[in-house]
Amino acid sequence: MTIETTMAGTLALIAIITAVTIVTRFGGVFLMSFVTISPRIESFINTMASSVLIAIIVPMAFSGDAGALAALVVTAVIMLATRKPLPAIGAGIAAAGLVRFAGITVF
Amino acid sequence: MTTGNYSHSLSSAKVRSEFLRLVPISLFVVAFGAAFGLAAVQKGFEPFQALLMSITVFAGASQFAVVDMWGTEVSVLPLIAVVFAINSRHLLMGASLYPMLREMPPGRRYGILLLLTDANWAVSAQEYQRGIRNLEVILGGGLAIWIAWIIGTWLGVYFGGLLREPQSLGLDMVLGCFLLAMALGGNKSPRTLVAWTVAALSSLAAWKWLPPNTHVVVGALAGGAVGFFWQEKKPGSKEPVGAQQEDPHDH
Repeated sequence: MTIETTMAGTLALIAIITAVTIVTRFGGVFLMSFVTISPRIESFINTMASSVLIAIIVPMAFSGDAGALAALVVTAVIMLATRKPLPAIGAGIAAAGLVRFAGITVF
Repeated sequence: MTTGNYSHSLSSAKVRSEFLRLVPISLFVVAFGAAFGLAAVQKGFEPFQALLMSITVFAGASQFAVVDMWGTEVSVLPLIAVVFAINSRHLLMGASLYPMLREMPPGRRYGILLLLTDANWAVSAQEYQRGIRNLEVILGGGLAIWIAWIIGTWLGVYFGGLLREPQSLGLDMVLGCFLLAMALGGNKSPRTLVAWTVAALSSLAAWKWLPPNTHVVVGALAGGAVGFFWQEKKPGSKEPVGAQQEDPHDH
């Protein structure tokens, strides 16, 4: 099934995308309301939560360019050394900009 | 904890302070909104259509993917599949907030979830690990990011040429660096480190061998499985974990 991107078609497509996204925003909470939160389930939730971040970041580091990698490494080092998020993020972004400006590539 | 009587309410002063707390990161979100707005009009969206999408969808990565798939006609099922896959991380993010959200009336619970996105969730989830309940950041911080996303889109559709290559300034890495800083700021018990290793390896495997956009969910569930089989006493937890029941049903 295809929809032509006329005015009405585009609005219909935006409505579909919105609905799908809302299903993802509500769905996890809705399904959890049928689950009894035992200590085991709570332990699962907590470990899963911090794993979401890792599962976003690690493939980002591997698929990105040298700038992306530099940004993540610099952020990690400064965050572990100072425990201050804003300087760590700022230095990471600056590192990406510098590496790209210098035209450094990994491979 | 009580279920059925909704004991949790949001403090409006805290909502305001969490709004202000995420204003700095929101400035970067403006840059991404602008990149999205520019990409959308270049692909044939009317300015107000791009704005409407940012207002109602509010999920950047999936919006870029939609623009990528755009043409004179669009296949609906692949579009739904891609948007669902990219945004499926919301399912897990929402689920992780459920222990707090269940103490709110359903209307408010689902209302603030409309503003659920990576950055405000990362703050809330990280504080929850430290025993701090912060749903105000979902509402206040979410509003800051949503407004920034809309303003950015607006700038992009009308003045997109001003920011042709946000990558050259490193701006595409803002969210990645932010999420990494949040992850490293959390507690790092041996169990967490094992879970992270499992999550990293499985997300990489999924990224390499499974269909596109499944890696976040695969990695997160694999990391969660470590917690399912290896429980640990949380500081301040009333459950004596030494005496864990094998029966997974709580009373």
